[in-house]
Amino acid sequence: MNVPNPDKLKKIEIQEYDNLLQQIKPKPAIFTNCVWAFTVGGLICMLAQIIQNYLLSTGMSKIDASSITSVTMIFLGALFTGIGIYDELGKKAGAGTIVPITGFANAIVASAMEFKREGYVFGVGARLFSVAGPTLVFGFAVAVLIGLIKVFFTS
Amino acid sequence: MASGKKRGKQTVVFDNPPVLTAWSAVVGPKEGDGPWGKDFDFIIDDYMFGEKTWEKAETKMLRETIKLTLSKRFFTPEDVELLLAGDLLNQTVSSNFAARELQIPYLGLYGACSTMAESLVTGSMLMDGGFFERVVAASCSHHYASYRQYRFPTEQGVQSTPSTQWTATAAGAILLEAGGTGPRVTSATIGKVIDMGQTDMADMGCAMAPAAADTIKTHFDDLGRSTDYYDLVVTGDLAKIGMAAAEQLFIRDGLVPKPNYSDCGVLLYDETQGVDAGGSGCGCCAAMLCGPLLKKIVNGDISKLLLVATGALMSPTTSFQGESIPAIAHAVAIEM
Repeated sequence: MNVPNPDKLKKIEIQEYDNLLQQIKPKPAIFTNCVWAFTVGGLICMLAQIIQNYLLSTGMSKIDASSITSVTMIFLGALFTGIGIYDELGKKAGAGTIVPITGFANAIVASAMEFKREGYVFGVGARLFSVAGPTLVFGFAVAVLIGLIKVFFTS
Repeated sequence: MASGKKRGKQTVVFDNPPVLTAWSAVVGPKEGDGPWGKDFDFIIDDYMFGEKTWEKAETKMLRETIKLTLSKRFFTPEDVELLLAGDLLNQTVSSNFAARELQIPYLGLYGACSTMAESLVTGSMLMDGGFFERVVAASCSHHYASYRQYRFPTEQGVQSTPSTQWTATAAGAILLEAGGTGPRVTSATIGKVIDMGQTDMADMGCAMAPAAADTIKTHFDDLGRSTDYYDLVVTGDLAKIGMAAAEQLFIRDGLVPKPNYSDCGVLLYDETQGVDAGGSGCGCCAAMLCGPLLKKIVNGDISKLLLVATGALMSPTTSFQGESIPAIAHAVAIEM
């Protein structure tokens, strides 16, 4: 007699359930999300551009102006996280608030605020980069990789 | 050896059904702004509840809910023989710390968001078994305490998906007594852990719906009851999408159609409150039960309620390791 394999039956059941969910689950509002991300992300970048143009107009060198612009934007990201606005904006804007440098500031300051309650060593110290960590790790890794490529292929 | 109290595969029927003599629900600001605000005993206006951490706030919320419940019968914690409680935090700290201050003999429970039903089932069995005469069943959750444990720091700007659920800031506590007047816990079905291979941590409802359907089907099969026996069958926190999935599974199994089926996660908030699919958390069905639902039973709007609290039994660690989300549901029949 052909005994049905329980694993196989379970797989069919799971497949059927997945098919059912396909019909029920709403699609994320990709278009609206994109418009929000583009607008908010664009405004953040525009603000930075205004700051940079202003600094350049005072006769500052391009390198100095860029650095000060970055620092200012990081400060603003941190400030708006601290007063509880950045996360509200992030809920709407998604990638628009995560991708600019202000998003990086948000990730670090939010962690600092959250884990301060566990003290400065086991809280802030240990978990400051709990969200931003992957960006740093893979950012450094890729930097090293590209550096090596440059060393080997330009000599 | 059969005691005669067990029916079918997973259901127990109580010879001396414990009476719900007092209950209370304490909720956070968002839940208070929702459609049932006036049905809760107390609405805290600040998520910190005058404490220094989210965890302390959650502990205080549970402790005060239990005290409030006892005060309705003019009892103090010493008058209670057993506390059964649980919550969502690691090592169920909110309940442990509330029990530390209450000094009631305590058994900590973990059933994720199914804990309210788990505590009622366990309490009722211990009472019908003759071990105790006065037991408190309680559970709680705190939005931000859960959010930081399961997801991100609370000030992190993160976009949610339409299936995401909002963990309720809420606590519910019920005093069960061997005698007295009030609604009674008449039967209960203990659920099995069901895993349908769902892995999306932002969609708990769909992971839990099969568990709810399984427990509800088993409940009706074990008791040989028709599906229209209850005035209301209410699941714990499947929320909009999970509830839609559950309804499809019910139709497949020939179970309760609308309108006598609903879900606490769908009921707790208004659509305008920005909670995506709806509410979740131990406090979600605890507060709905101890607030509006029991009020409806006492007022005579409904007389037979089946609460099917659902829980997703994963942790962030298991999810990151690629495990799917196991789920459980326990059913408790409360009848006037």
